[in-house]
Amino acid sequence: MIGLGLLIRRELGLALRGGTDAVMAVVFFVLAAVLFPFGVGTDPAMLPRIGGGIIWVVALLAAMLSLERMFASDHEDGSLDLLYLSPVGLGTLALAKAVAHWLTTGVLLLIAAPILALLYNVPANAFGALVASMLLGTPILSLVGGIGAALTLGARRGGVLLALLILPLYIPVLIFGAGAIDGAIAGRPIAPQLMVLGGFLLAALALAPWATAAALRQAIE
Amino acid sequence: MQGLTTHNLSCIRGERAVFAGLDLAVNPGRAILLSGANGSGKSSLLRVLAGLLPAAGGHIEWEGTDIAQDPDAHRARVAYIGHSDPLKPSMTATENLRFWAQLYGLDPSVEPALYQFSIEHLADVPARYFSAGQKRRLNLARLAAGQNSPSGPTLWLLDEPATGLDPGAVSMLANTILAHLSNEGTAIISTHGGRLDELLADHADHVTLQTSQSEFAR
Amino acid sequence: MFHRFANPARFSRIAARVLPWSTAATIILFVVGLYFALFASPADYQQGDTVRIMYVHVPSAWIAMGCYTFIALMSAIALIWKHPLADIAARAAAPLGAGFTLIVLITGSLWGKPTWGTWWVWDARLTSVLVLFFLYLGHIALTNAFDNPQRGARAAAVLALVGFVNIPIIKFSVDWWNTLHQPASVTRLDAPAIDPAMLTPLLLMALAFLLYFITMLLVRMRSDLNAARARALRLSAAE
Repeated sequence: MIGLGLLIRRELGLALRGGTDAVMAVVFFVLAAVLFPFGVGTDPAMLPRIGGGIIWVVALLAAMLSLERMFASDHEDGSLDLLYLSPVGLGTLALAKAVAHWLTTGVLLLIAAPILALLYNVPANAFGALVASMLLGTPILSLVGGIGAALTLGARRGGVLLALLILPLYIPVLIFGAGAIDGAIAGRPIAPQLMVLGGFLLAALALAPWATAAALRQAIE
Repeated sequence: MQGLTTHNLSCIRGERAVFAGLDLAVNPGRAILLSGANGSGKSSLLRVLAGLLPAAGGHIEWEGTDIAQDPDAHRARVAYIGHSDPLKPSMTATENLRFWAQLYGLDPSVEPALYQFSIEHLADVPARYFSAGQKRRLNLARLAAGQNSPSGPTLWLLDEPATGLDPGAVSMLANTILAHLSNEGTAIISTHGGRLDELLADHADHVTLQTSQSEFAR
Repeated sequence: MFHRFANPARFSRIAARVLPWSTAATIILFVVGLYFALFASPADYQQGDTVRIMYVHVPSAWIAMGCYTFIALMSAIALIWKHPLADIAARAAAPLGAGFTLIVLITGSLWGKPTWGTWWVWDARLTSVLVLFFLYLGHIALTNAFDNPQRGARAAAVLALVGFVNIPIIKFSVDWWNTLHQPASVTRLDAPAIDPAMLTPLLLMALAFLLYFITMLLVRMRSDLNAARARALRLSAAE
């Protein structure tokens, strides 16, 4: 636990000082979402209907942008070797990295999402569903994304490869995240979607750090 | 009882046998100076001994017990210096060093370690402004930080630690290692000869790894 | 050193003995199966002769799904017992699985055009197979993404297990999404009670596909082993 806190503090410190990654991810998030009306038109009846889905799709892509660097610098400068040799262990490291990734990316997406919802004229009664689904869904993106980041360490064409590995795994989050917003707009109860997302989050919390640690172990060899 | 011994140790990287049938022994208070041409497996051997790489065959014992029986205990006794310096450019010397000390449960007051390698004036300077030699000194200061803690590591595995150091820093490194050895510590150091070897000569045995006429499976 | 490859050597010998038989059996089963599928079975009373696409589509789908399970199993063996043959089997199976998945998608699309009137519908089963196809592509890409082939094999093994855990979750999600978005006009092709006259060619074709898969797997594993040996020989000659 002491190790977890120490690692999260280090990640946040590094992100605050050097990283523009997180800010760029949010800028991408907003920019990409703004592109859609240029492509599909601005029919006021259509935009609210597709808004929730678009925000979620773009959130997946934005979260992925900052994943590639999650372990890369520690792998390049030999820190990963020392982190492995430390008493803290790779599972804790994986969890700390995912938490830090969420705090620096997911939270910013969470803040920017309602603004995008305004641009898409998403009805006010769906805002709660948007924020709640992103609150439950974005940590899953960080946790599962960590597996992909660890697997592609030292790979050729790491970035594109990461997208190919991770995006199919993100589909369930997308379905239930966007489903919650759709349901809220249609006036249906959204508790089932949120509960499924919560279940996914618990499963990801339990399994993803373990899988990430296994992938990191391979990268160290 | 002996400190570290290896029996018939072998290592395969990809499909290449890096070394095979290696028997080493080093007692507390002694060091091994590993030499050998590029590609003879010095780095791989140190990584295997640290537990970073799995051995393809044979086993490693510490005080007569196979290290595979308690990998956590083995990790706790190892201090490893690799080729690259695990330092974050945006953090200061103190912050870099303190992070590793805290992570390893060592004494977090790291100023004495900075003094030991004469980089105390850089304590509050971000590592991005360091020269290659200064970065190496800061990396080596991790050894000093461990030495200053009661539960510090006993087995030092140093992969060409003198790379990029000026003669003054080599002496500081040698003194640090000698202090470690006199404290019943053990060290295995890969080198390409030079001043460090001379300074440690009285306390070290030489082992030369042959570029293996690699055995390949048929 | 030798024990590491002792097993693969024995495998190569066994494979060499099995291959002629499995090849012959595959050809015979294909001939018989195709005869039943194309001539000796009735056309569907609703779909006419298009139903014969089923004799390729359904066995491919079985192999495509079974192959991923096989890869996951091999990956677990490779990670837990570090058995070199398991790595090689997983690496050899992945492109085959991807190929069968592609056949499922193409034949599904060909079947959909006369049946549903469009080349593609976002039917839950077709969509899940499409995702499976991407999982295969990711596995293949990761296997080949590293300079050290062993690193690629191990990373792909972790990915295969992660994917295997995720497949039921993805399937569940896609089913849920599909019931929400399914337009009412599309008729579903839910399996009705199948005519025994259609069951014979279906099972024959499934067996033919399975044997083809096994034969190709053995061929690919053998060539992979030979390539590894050639690389090793080149390396030792260079030193």
